[in-house]
Amino acid sequence: MAVAAALAFLVLPVLAIFVHVPPGRLIDQLSNPVVHDALVVTARTSLVAQGLILLFGTPLAYLLATRRFPGRAVVVTLVELPIVLPPAVAGIGLLVAFGRFGLLGRHYGIWSLLSFNWLAVTFAVMLVAGPFYVRSAIGAFEAVDRDLVGASRTLGAGPVRTFFRVTMPLARSGLAAGEAIALARGIGEFGATIMFAGSLQGRTQTLSLAVYAEFDQNLDVALAISALLVVLSLAILLTLKVSVLWRPSRQTSPSLFARFGSS
Amino acid sequence: MERTVALVGPSGAGKTSALRAIAGLVRPASGRIALDAETWFDASGRLWRAPEERRVGLVFQEYALFPHMTVRANVTFGGNARVDELLERFGISALARARPDQLSGGERQRVALARALARDPAVLLLDEPLAALDAHTRAAVRAELHELLHELALPTVVVTHDYEDAAALADQVGVLVDGRLRQLATPDELVARPADAFVASFTGANLLRGTARRDGGLTLVRLESGDEIYSADDVEGEVGVVVYPWEVVVGDEADGGSALNAIRGEVRSVTRIGNRVRVQLGPLTAELTEASVERLDLAPGRIAVATFKATGTRLVSL
Repeated sequence: MAVAAALAFLVLPVLAIFVHVPPGRLIDQLSNPVVHDALVVTARTSLVAQGLILLFGTPLAYLLATRRFPGRAVVVTLVELPIVLPPAVAGIGLLVAFGRFGLLGRHYGIWSLLSFNWLAVTFAVMLVAGPFYVRSAIGAFEAVDRDLVGASRTLGAGPVRTFFRVTMPLARSGLAAGEAIALARGIGEFGATIMFAGSLQGRTQTLSLAVYAEFDQNLDVALAISALLVVLSLAILLTLKVSVLWRPSRQTSPSLFARFGSS
Repeated sequence: MERTVALVGPSGAGKTSALRAIAGLVRPASGRIALDAETWFDASGRLWRAPEERRVGLVFQEYALFPHMTVRANVTFGGNARVDELLERFGISALARARPDQLSGGERQRVALARALARDPAVLLLDEPLAALDAHTRAAVRAELHELLHELALPTVVVTHDYEDAAALADQVGVLVDGRLRQLATPDELVARPADAFVASFTGANLLRGTARRDGGLTLVRLESGDEIYSADDVEGEVGVVVYPWEVVVGDEADGGSALNAIRGEVRSVTRIGNRVRVQLGPLTAELTEASVERLDLAPGRIAVATFKATGTRLVSL
């Protein structure tokens, strides 16, 4: 009984999105310009945010996974903090850091660069979603057998060659899993984005923000976007599962969710 | 030709750390590591060479084959000059396209050796080369390894916790306890003149080499010294003969008792360890009590006979 109730409770809301309005009408609503604009904003900000997360998060994770230095635990905890932080707090933090009167925002014209545009959305996504990738990447790098790295070095490969030929390929599925989680979290970002970037159609209104904006305008559009997001999320989840299953070896790449638990 | 050195000791003695220090994977707090005129590490001069600049062939205990690469790619990682020759030499050409997780323990070890040699190392380092193998493959691999080390003529350091493996493979054996080298000597010397009680108990057995063939219901072994002895073990070919010092009886003549084996030789050394005395007689070491040594008046130069039973003579294939 309890199991059936729990399952029904988890599945029913998702199912309801698809049965509330006939599927044909859902698909029609996707041609609404609000949906189109939100899709473009989401795609653009996600692409840039995830690219930057990979570019900066990977070396950071590698360093934290392989180096032992005083204060390492503190740094790791700081990296993990946004994972547990309410997004609204992250948003207000961004405002007082980069906003018009913020710590950095009031200097160097930084604010004018960010004010209510797609770059502000990107910042919000990076802050909220980035730590998911970094945390998972630390686990993936830590799981690479140190002997394999040592073997590579004694066989004549320097640190850079070792990283690209041994460490990266072995950590790859763990990195991909972390990136999938960060991507999903970034697409679903709401609180930090609405506080820091607002919800301006065509500029900062992502799919998630559009669901809320359309909710009291046109429920069908809100439902259509929601259905789209369900499909997107499901696609990411399935990719994640496949990437975790297809690991190059048993001794690499930890189970993603287990890593979060053990941190 | 003292090229192969074995480091033996109980687990936690620092054997593997010593090997890793030579390879450059750990940095010792003090000391110096050099190969001929080339210094790789010097704590006082703050000199440090990265592992990739040291020309070592390190074979890890668990082999550390790259799981995401084929056998061929693993070997090529070390260097691509002699890949085909090495695959051939180690009998793994047919496995060139296999992945490490498809190989048996013995096959993995051969891949690891081929990969280490592909790097064209100036020194070969083997970490517990026999520990990861089951008892069945172990004897065969030990014989192969012995032959390989002989053929390579490379300076080699072997780490093992098993004294018999060390004695079988190495020209010199170093006994390491708690990070300190207690004694470095040939296998014969270690058994005959152990530096302390630990070395004595650790190196327990005599290990002689010889060729075995069946003879009636027993096995006849012709030792390198020319002496012939019997064993109840059923092994043929090149063998190591294991005799424990406390099973050797020393007298003026073969005593006519039930012991089948007798070796006549000169007493080379008499070493006291606690209340026991180790007497090296020809190729064998016997452990006697002080009273027996005095009664027989054993001293270097005296000729005596060592007798021991065929059932107490264990054979291991080399």
